[in-house]
Amino acid sequence: MKASYLQAAPLALILGVFLLLPMLVLLVVSFFDYDSVQIIPGFVLTNYQEVLGSAVTWRTYLNTLRFTVIVWAITLAVGFWVSFYLAFVVRSQVTQLVLFLVCTIPFLTSNIIRMISWVPFLGREGLLNTALLRLGLIRAPLEFLLFSDFAVVLAYVHLYTLFMVTPIFNTMMRIDRRLIEAAIDNGARSWQIIAHVVVPLCKPGIAIGSIFVVTLVMGDFITVRLLSGGQSASIGLMISNQISLLQYPAACANAVVLLAVVLLMIAAILRIVDIRRDL
Amino acid sequence: MPNAPIGRRRLLRTASLAGAGAITGFPTVWAQNIKNVTLRQFGTGVSNLNAIAEKVKQDLGFTLQMTALDTDAVTQKSVTQPKSYDVADIEYFIIKKVFPTGVLQPMDTKRIKLFDKIVPIFTTGKLTPTSQVAQGTAPSTVAFVDGKTSTKFAAHPTQWATLIPTIYNADTLGIRPDLVGKPIRNWKDLMDPAFKGKAAILNIPGIGIMDAAMVMESMGRIKYVDKGNMTKPEIDKTIAFLIEAKKAGQFRAFWKTFDESVNLMASGEVVIQSMWSPAVAAVRSKGIACTYQPLAEGYRAWAGGLGIAKHLSGIELDAAYEYINWYLSGWVGAYLNRQGYYSAVLETAKQFMSADEWGFWIEGKPAQADIKSPEGKVMEKAGSVRDGGSFAERMGHVSCWNSVMTEDRYMVQKWNEFIAA
Repeated sequence: MKASYLQAAPLALILGVFLLLPMLVLLVVSFFDYDSVQIIPGFVLTNYQEVLGSAVTWRTYLNTLRFTVIVWAITLAVGFWVSFYLAFVVRSQVTQLVLFLVCTIPFLTSNIIRMISWVPFLGREGLLNTALLRLGLIRAPLEFLLFSDFAVVLAYVHLYTLFMVTPIFNTMMRIDRRLIEAAIDNGARSWQIIAHVVVPLCKPGIAIGSIFVVTLVMGDFITVRLLSGGQSASIGLMISNQISLLQYPAACANAVVLLAVVLLMIAAILRIVDIRRDL
Repeated sequence: MPNAPIGRRRLLRTASLAGAGAITGFPTVWAQNIKNVTLRQFGTGVSNLNAIAEKVKQDLGFTLQMTALDTDAVTQKSVTQPKSYDVADIEYFIIKKVFPTGVLQPMDTKRIKLFDKIVPIFTTGKLTPTSQVAQGTAPSTVAFVDGKTSTKFAAHPTQWATLIPTIYNADTLGIRPDLVGKPIRNWKDLMDPAFKGKAAILNIPGIGIMDAAMVMESMGRIKYVDKGNMTKPEIDKTIAFLIEAKKAGQFRAFWKTFDESVNLMASGEVVIQSMWSPAVAAVRSKGIACTYQPLAEGYRAWAGGLGIAKHLSGIELDAAYEYINWYLSGWVGAYLNRQGYYSAVLETAKQFMSADEWGFWIEGKPAQADIKSPEGKVMEKAGSVRDGGSFAERMGHVSCWNSVMTEDRYMVQKWNEFIAA
């Protein structure tokens, strides 16, 4: 009994000091007042009133949710098929491993660098536009490529697809191949095997991947800022703006609301899929 | 700098003289002790340069520790951690927020030897006796307080200064002369339909709104009572206009950092945008044409200075005064002038600059030889003339100063609406 407490203590301590305590501070500060230079301890509801009562917040949430849904759908589709190929089409384990490692190669550079490298590629005088112009496929540079929602979604998909691939691939590898043979023996077509055997058994992987993607996109601020050229807003960006203007209580209130929304989304995902069942 | 050694000797002499005056009777003890003094300074990146700290060590003997932060972080640190610094390098519009909180001590102008030589923008507010004080937080309106312990700004010069000015400049729009295809003369050209999708504005609310105000006035859409201190209806109208332009696709991007503005311009994504002077130089150093275009309505100016923390006393306080006197004595001034900024006491800086440098940077004359940056990199080829011309032409056409509005919080809220729209 005592030993088990001791064993759990380091993690509990770390989570307590570095996760729970800061969140508590966040909650407390979200009720503080502020002016242009300082935070004034107190208990006011104005921060929440300003967050929830402003049309900007709602529009920004809507925009962030829109990004989340689009990115989630694309990464799920791409992630599922990449994993499917790795798990069921590739036969040799060595090839599987090598191909999976290939998937992680982009992660050898930092997140920010992977994001910024899209800028010279997609720009008005960037590689893609120059190539298309020289090939005579377009007459004027395509403007929508950079500093647009397209660019933001593209970068998200590039950054986060692996977070979908890894858990789905993992669950697919655990699927008992005899189940698929049984399905074939019973006359199932390939799409029926995917729909009735593979997908249901991959649900925990899909759920975990979805949690990764949803939380990452909901909390992002730098991708939106860099690839939309400041044209688009996200909740994270709103919070970062408030922090830079020293409006900490407002930023805290915003963060608390964001946290609540993301927790609700995760709860919904877990409600649909019991991830513990198959892990 | 062929004349630097002479200047240094002269400085050392003045330094020791001032030291003797500061601690009555024990100049030798003072000279021993001052080597152990460390002054902690923080401020924005523009003037927190290692070269200055090295020169201080060399000329004055004590150590200057520098921390460079962004404008918002400077405001925050100055107010929330007043014990963490000795000397604050702060912008005048920020001092309007910071000084009333009592974290800095008023400085005795009698101890600033070159105080009378400081450009009058910072004392009377007028560059020449006939010029007008510009709108916004003009430095002269927040440069003095009533007395030694006061935190209330004085309307006229007193013996007690909030900051001693060190650096300032006049900002305008940057353009790509090769890509705009027509002469740019007014702030309203930023909204020219010809530049649809090729214009940018900076996304720092306090400064961005001023640029927007310059554009609005230039278009004849509004006449502000004071651009630097807008009323709520004026803010509403300005933001509504920005949102309209954004929805019409006028802007390619909104930038927040120095290098973002450089990249936008250098890559040709943007051909006209709000810009800072060193960013224009950075674009040019890539071999790309970029002009810091003077405009008919005038410039948006900013200024910074050095303040002393409240807790400073004794030998450290003496060292701080010593440092500020040294700052005005020419070497730093020349260093800043060579980067395209202006120094507070121009005549001392002149002694540290070549006649050609002085002619190019301050008098607006064509360069006789290549103009080099303080690091020795060629900035301008022989024969070129500074954009906007001479000191008097540039600083004489300031239309407004960076400022903090009374409706600051409301303005920031509305600005976020614009960005989210």
